[in-house]
Parts: sequence; structure tokens; C-alpha cells
Amino acid sequence: MHEWALAEGIISKADRIAIENNLEITDIVIQIGELQQIDDEILQFALEQLRTDNMKKARFTLETIKAKLKCRACGEEWRLDLSSLDEESSEAVHFVPEMAHVYIKCPRCGSPDFEVLEGRGVWLASVRGVRKDG
Amino acid sequence: MADPRLEILERRLANVRKIIAVSSGKGGVGKSVTSVVLALALRDRRFKVGLLDLDFTSPSTHVILGVRDLQPIEDYGIIPPVAGGLSYMSIVFYAFDNPAPLRGLDVSNSLIELMAITRWGELDYLIIDMPPGLGDATLDVIRLVKNISFLIVTTPSILAFETVKKLVNLLNSLKTPILGVVENMVMDDKGRIRGEVDKLGVRYLGEIAYDAGLEASMGSVEKLKGTRFYVSLERILKGLL
Repeated sequence: MHEWALAEGIISKADRIAIENNLEITDIVIQIGELQQIDDEILQFALEQLRTDNMKKARFTLETIKAKLKCRACGEEWRLDLSSLDEESSEAVHFVPEMAHVYIKCPRCGSPDFEVLEGRGVWLASVRGVRKDG
Repeated sequence: MADPRLEILERRLANVRKIIAVSSGKGGVGKSVTSVVLALALRDRRFKVGLLDLDFTSPSTHVILGVRDLQPIEDYGIIPPVAGGLSYMSIVFYAFDNPAPLRGLDVSNSLIELMAITRWGELDYLIIDMPPGLGDATLDVIRLVKNISFLIVTTPSILAFETVKKLVNLLNSLKTPILGVVENMVMDDKGRIRGEVDKLGVRYLGEIAYDAGLEASMGSVEKLKGTRFYVSLERILKGLL
């Protein structure tokens, strides 16, 4: 998923939380699966640009979760080395992480039928703030 | 933990006036050709039209349209390229000619991801070519896309129609609007399907005769527009608008 699209979704969700709870947001923690291959600097920049009045001074913390895969055919579990992908495949996985099933195979048996145990998706892990009404 | 993709998905479709999912109970009934021709026929009427291929494991609309050397443009998300006058999006831009062996959850995630990044802009119509059946993609578009309506394609075969009944039943139970049923590949019209569709309380939109010349038009928008299939669907469209 593209960093700007992602930032838009994060800010929109956080802003909704702020409005619903009458909060001035101070901290937002975002967990990013490694499979998404997000450029942290671009995402951080996009978040700064898109921040709303309800999070003027909020600090954005990005946490990367390493990708861990498990083969459904042979049971092999492995950590992914994304640098092994060529540019075109890497780009495809960046936009649609499920394309991993197209370009990545189990290192033991070669099956593309694997499960992403960890490191897929982007999540708004926590939102902290102070109530505007004190 | 909240999934930020769901926040923007709705916003991505905010300027799309009407969203039509072209669906069927079974594969092989001409659903993808119907999707493409419906989109082209709407475009010919000067509407702004998008076409989204959600048949991730067996995409084919790019073959029908003859899409070559096109890629989406990255710009605060993804801007779909234009093919045959249509804003066009498909998983083939990322999987290319490779097989995409996706299980249910992967289908759901790919669908959400693709719909969250794609910036359609202003459209009069977005036509979605659905995978056949009642699987994840069907359940997801019903869940995630507000104001969606379904156009169902069948053939005269009792096997195809048997699955249409289940699809209609599901859509009714989920209170999802059905525009009607198109009967494709008709060779010997006895009006049986029309009667069956009436019994379901769904509109019978019309029939398309089996068109032996259709295969030769694959990959060429111009040739497609010269087929009997196109003329028949254009006639059906007149009744829909």
C-alpha cells in the first residue's frame, strides 16, 4: 500500500477517535508489517503533512514487525529476505502484499501456499491523548 | 488495533455515482465479457466509466480489452490507467502473467488493499467484474461497498441457473439490490430462464444470442464494438438506464 494512502487512513481513523472521545492526541503508535515495505521517512512525512487540529503536537511512532512465513505444504517456518526480490516483484508486493504468493516460494519445498504468521498489514496500534474538557 | 485501509476505502469511492457488480453463480457464463462490454457501452454514451477486475485468481478483462504496456501511476495512491476509454484496474498490473494462488483471507486482503489505494476520481459508473460464486470477494464487496448493485449473468443451462438461485437468495437476504439477470449464449430460446427469473421476483433484463464471432474480437475494443454481443448488450442497457 502506498505511504500516502496509508497515512490518509491512519490520520482519518485517529481523527475519528479524537472526535468521538473529545481528545487532543499526543501519541500515535503505528505497527507496520515488513511485507508492506513501507518507506518510514515518506510515511512519517505524509503523517506530518496530513495531521489534523486534533493532533497538532502528536508524536508518531512507527514500529516494524518482521515478516515470518509458514509453509502450509511442508510446515517450514522462515524469516523473509525481501532484498532477494527483484525490483518489479518488490514493487508489486509493496502495493499489494498478497502478491508475495506470486513471487515468494517456500525455501524448503518450493510451494507458494504459505501463511503470513507475522509482518503483514498496517495497524493503528494505539492512540493516546488528553481530554479537551480536562 | 484498527485497520486504516477500511477508513479510506469508502472515501475512494465517494465520487462514484453508481457501482455495478457483474456476477454469476458459475464461471464460464460470459461474465467478464459482459462486464467489459457494459463498461464500453456506457462509455459510448459519454459516461465516465471505471472497470475493476476482482477475479484475482483468474483475471481476464485485460485479455478482452487487449491491455498491453499499461501500468497505474503512483500519485498519493494509485491512478488507474485508461484502456478503451475506461479507467481500468486489475491485479495483473502486479501479478503480470504469473498465477496468483490466493486463499480466502488473501483474496479479502488483496481486495481491500487494491480498493484502498486506487483513486478513481469522479466516475458515473464503476463496473466490477466479480469472480463467480458466493466466495470472499462477493461477501467483501457487499460488506465494504455501499450503494453497490448486482447484475447477474447466466446461460440457459439449468446448471448455471441453479447457482443463480443461490446468488439471488444470498443477495436478497443481505438486502443487496439486484438490477436483474442477463441470459447469455442463448441458442434456442424457449423462454424458460425468463420464467424462472420471474419466479424469483427478479427482473429479466434480456438475452444475448450465442455469438460465434465473439472469440475473434478478443483483445480489440474496436472489433468488440462490432459484435452481435455488443449490439444485444447495448439494447439491454437501454432498458437499464
